[in-house]
Amino acid sequence: MSGEVIRRHTYGDARWSGDAVIGIASLSSHAGDSEHIRVIRASGEPASEKLEGYAALLTDLDLDGHEGLGRVASGLPTIHRAHHVEHINEGDILRLDFKKGFVRSLYRVGSPHNSIFATDRCNSNCLMCSQPPKDVDDSEMVAEHLRLISLIPPTTESLGISGGEPTLLGADLFRIIAACKGHLPLTRLHMLSNGRRFADREYAAGLTQVSHPDLMVGIPLYSDVASHHDFVVQAHGAFDQTMIGFHNLARYGVRIEVRIVVHKQTYERLPGLAEFIYRNLPFVEHIAFMGLEMMGYTKTNLKTLWMDPVDYQDTLERAVSGLALRGMNVSIYNHQLCLLRRRLWRFARKSISDFKNVYLETCQDCTVLEECGGLFKSGEQIHSQHIHALSAADLAKS
Amino acid sequence: MSLDSASKPARFTFHPLDAYRRKPTQYALLPFRFMRIGPSRFVLVNEVGEFIFLDEGTFGAFAFKALSAEHPAYLDLKAKHFLADDTSSPLLDVLATKYRTKKSFLRGFTKLHLFVVTLRCDHSCHYCQVSRQSEDRAAFDMKPSTARKAVDLMLKTPAEAITMEFQGGEPLLNFELIKFMVEYSEARNQDLSRRIDRVITTNLSKATPDILEYCRGHKIGLSTSLDGPEWLHNANRPRPGNDSYSRVIENIALVRSIVGPGSVDALMTTTRRSLMHVRDIVDEYVARGFRSIFLRSISPYGFAVKTRGKTGYLTDEFLEFYREGLSYILELNCRGIEMTEIYAKILLTKILTPFPASFTDLQSPAGLGIGAVVYNYDGDVYASDEARMLAEMNDKTFRLGNVHDDTYDTIFRSEKLRSIVAASVNESLPGCSDCAYQLYCGADPVFHHATQGDMMGHRPTSEFCRKNMAIINELLRYIDSGDNDVMRIFWGWVYNRRLAEEEAACPVK
Repeated sequence: MSGEVIRRHTYGDARWSGDAVIGIASLSSHAGDSEHIRVIRASGEPASEKLEGYAALLTDLDLDGHEGLGRVASGLPTIHRAHHVEHINEGDILRLDFKKGFVRSLYRVGSPHNSIFATDRCNSNCLMCSQPPKDVDDSEMVAEHLRLISLIPPTTESLGISGGEPTLLGADLFRIIAACKGHLPLTRLHMLSNGRRFADREYAAGLTQVSHPDLMVGIPLYSDVASHHDFVVQAHGAFDQTMIGFHNLARYGVRIEVRIVVHKQTYERLPGLAEFIYRNLPFVEHIAFMGLEMMGYTKTNLKTLWMDPVDYQDTLERAVSGLALRGMNVSIYNHQLCLLRRRLWRFARKSISDFKNVYLETCQDCTVLEECGGLFKSGEQIHSQHIHALSAADLAKS
Repeated sequence: MSLDSASKPARFTFHPLDAYRRKPTQYALLPFRFMRIGPSRFVLVNEVGEFIFLDEGTFGAFAFKALSAEHPAYLDLKAKHFLADDTSSPLLDVLATKYRTKKSFLRGFTKLHLFVVTLRCDHSCHYCQVSRQSEDRAAFDMKPSTARKAVDLMLKTPAEAITMEFQGGEPLLNFELIKFMVEYSEARNQDLSRRIDRVITTNLSKATPDILEYCRGHKIGLSTSLDGPEWLHNANRPRPGNDSYSRVIENIALVRSIVGPGSVDALMTTTRRSLMHVRDIVDEYVARGFRSIFLRSISPYGFAVKTRGKTGYLTDEFLEFYREGLSYILELNCRGIEMTEIYAKILLTKILTPFPASFTDLQSPAGLGIGAVVYNYDGDVYASDEARMLAEMNDKTFRLGNVHDDTYDTIFRSEKLRSIVAASVNESLPGCSDCAYQLYCGADPVFHHATQGDMMGHRPTSEFCRKNMAIINELLRYIDSGDNDVMRIFWGWVYNRRLAEEEAACPVK
C-alpha cells in the first residue's frame, strides 16, 4: 500500500472551446468511435495516430510542440499538457471540461465505489459535510447523468447516486433511476439522501413507481431527539421530515439503510438513538456507524466535531451491540481496528473508497492490516493518536 | 410544510445547538402509566409499550413539569414519546404505525383451530380437565361428518396462515380421523392456498412408527407432556402400568429419529408435587435435549377443581416456583446450556420489542374466538380450550355454537362472541385501565368467569392479575438491573438465537 494520492481528476490545457464531452477512455487505437475519448500518454507507445471518429483527445503531451499529433488532432476537442493521466484505465468514463481544462473520472473500471453525483445543491448544511454543497443551477447536469449511464457497462455490480441532495432534482431523479433500470438492470443501486423530500408522500410514491429491482436508500439520522439532529444538519424541521420520509419509503416498500456519523455532537446519545431506530424504524435493512472524513466542512468545524474514537468506544459499543441483540444488521465504517474494542471488530467493514484509502507508516507492521479498513487519505494529517500496529501477541491477549 | 424554503442556508454559517433547541418553559405529558417497582424506583410505560425506569426524584420532577431540558432523562423521555415540548416532532403517523404494529396480532382473525378428535385417554391425570377412560368410541370420538364441517368452518377464516391442532383426550386413539382431516384440509386448500401448519398434542404413549412416518410425510409436528423427572411425571400422570414416563421418553426419541430432530415440543404442568422441584424439572428438560420449557401453572377447571387437595396450590406458591425456575434457567444459560422459558419469552417480546406476541390471554382483546377456537368432539364450538373444559363442568357460557347447526356468521359474528371479546379489552377493564403493565398483559374472561363469576373480574382478588403482575415485575427488575449477560439471554429468547451465534461471527479470530 502506498500513501500516494490516486487522483480522480486532472487539469490540462484545452485546445477547444465547445461544450464538455463525456466518453469512454480508449488507451489504444482500436476503438475509435463517438463514444470514446482517445487517451495518449507520453509514456505509452509512440503515437502515429489516426483520430477520426473519436469524441475527444486527452494527453499529457504538449501538442503545440508535437508536429504530427498536433496536426492530426486539429479540429478534435482536445485537452493536452494534462498533469496526470496515469490513473486512467481503458474503459474509464471521463468528462472533459474545456472551459477549465478539467478532466474528471466519472466511472472507474473495476472500482466498487462508482457514484453519480446527482447535484451539488443541498437543503441541509451538515456540520461535517465532506462535499459542501454549492448553490448553483445544475439543472443541465441531468442530461450528462443520462449520457453517463448509457456508457456504463451493464456488467457493473454496483453504482451509487450521491450529491448534494439527489432529491432536489425532483422528478429528474426518477428519470436517472429509470435510466439505470433500463440500461443497467443487473446493477445494484445505492442512493444517499437526507430523506427530507420523502416527507412528501407523493414524491416517495414517485420513487416506487420507477420500481427499480435493486435500489437501497441510505439516510442519515444523527440523534433520537429532534433538536440535536437539526443542529447537526443545520436545518430546522429536518428531523421530522426525515422521520416521516423513512416511514413513507417503508410504506412503499423501498429498502432503507440508516447512516450515523459518530463525532463529538452525536456520540453521547448513540445508545438512545439505537433504541429509537429499533422502536421507530424496525424496518430498516442496515445501520452503519461511520467515522469522520477530514474533508470539507469537517475541517472548518474541527473543534466542534473531533474527538478521538477511543473516547467514544463505550457508547458506540452499547449502540452497536444493542442493535445486534435486537436482530438488526449493523456495520461500522471508517474505523481502524486498533481503535475499536475487540468485541466490535466483527461489525467493522472495509468501507473507504479505494482511491481515498491509505494506511500510516506505523500500520505496515500490523498483523491485521489486511482486515483493517485503514484511513481516509484526508485522515493522514488529523487522526487518532492511538493508531498502532497490532502484534500477534496483542491479538492473543484480547 | 415547505421543503424548499429551507433549501438555501447561508453556507459556512453554522448555528449552535441552542438555535435548534427552543427553551421549553412548559412541556406536556403524553399518555403513559406508571408503577413503583422498587423503594424509590418507578417504571413508566406509554401507549405503544415503550418503557423507562426513573428514580423517584426524577419522576417527581418530570410529573410536576419541573424537569430541566438539559437533564439526560428529559431527552430520553422526549425520544421515547413520554413528553412533548415545542420542538417535539408531530410524528403522529409514526406513533400510529407503532400502535398498529403492536396490535397486529389481530390481523387475519382466527389463526389457531383446535380439534378435539376424541375425549378418550389412556391416562388419568389428576389435573386433567376433560378426558375419559372409556372404550365407548361412539360416545366420545368425533365423527367424520363433524370433522368435515369443522374443517369447512376453519377454512372460512380470513387468516392467511392457519394452525390446525389435534388434541383430546389422547388424539392418537382416533388417528384415522386425524388422517381424514389432514387429507381433507389438504385437498380443500389446493384452491385456497393458505399456509396450514399442523400439530398433534399427544402423550405419545400410542405413537407407532407408522403414525410417525405419516406425520413426517404430512409435515405434522408433535407436542407432548413432560412434567419432570420420572417419579414426578408418573405421579402426575397415572396410567395402567404406571409407565407414562418411560413411554414418553422412548417415544420422544422415536419422534426425533423419524419425524425430525426439532419436530417435538413438550409442555409441563405444575402440580403441588412439582413446587419444590423446579430445578429437577428443568434438568429433566435439559437431559432430554429440549431447548425450551414452559413453566405453566394449573388451570382451575375440570378435575383440577375436584382434586384441588392433590394438585392445587396458591398463586404465591407458584410464583416462588416460577421465580426460582427462571433464575435457574438464566444460570444454566450463563453456563452455556441453552434453555428458553416460554412464558418469559412471550412477555419479553411484548416488553422489549415494537412487535406483538400472540398468546390468547396475554393480549388485548384476548384471543377468544378471534385468535383461537376449539371444535369439540361433539361439534360444539368453544371460544378456547378452557371454555370447553368449563363446559365439561356444565357451564356452557362460552359455547359459541355447533358445526352442524350454525354457520360461520352465527358463530364468529355472534353477539355472544362480541360480548366475550368486549370483556377482554384491558384498556377499559377496571383495574387494568390505569395499570402500567396493561400493554404487556392481557385479559382472561373465561378464568374470571370460572373463578369470580364475572367475565371482567375483580383485579384486587384476581389470581390472573396477581400472577402476571408478579412475573412482569420480575422481568422488569432483571431488565432494570442492566446485567449484560441476562439481556443477551433475553434477546436471544426473543429472536430464537443460539447463544454461540454472536461470537462466531467475528471475522478476525
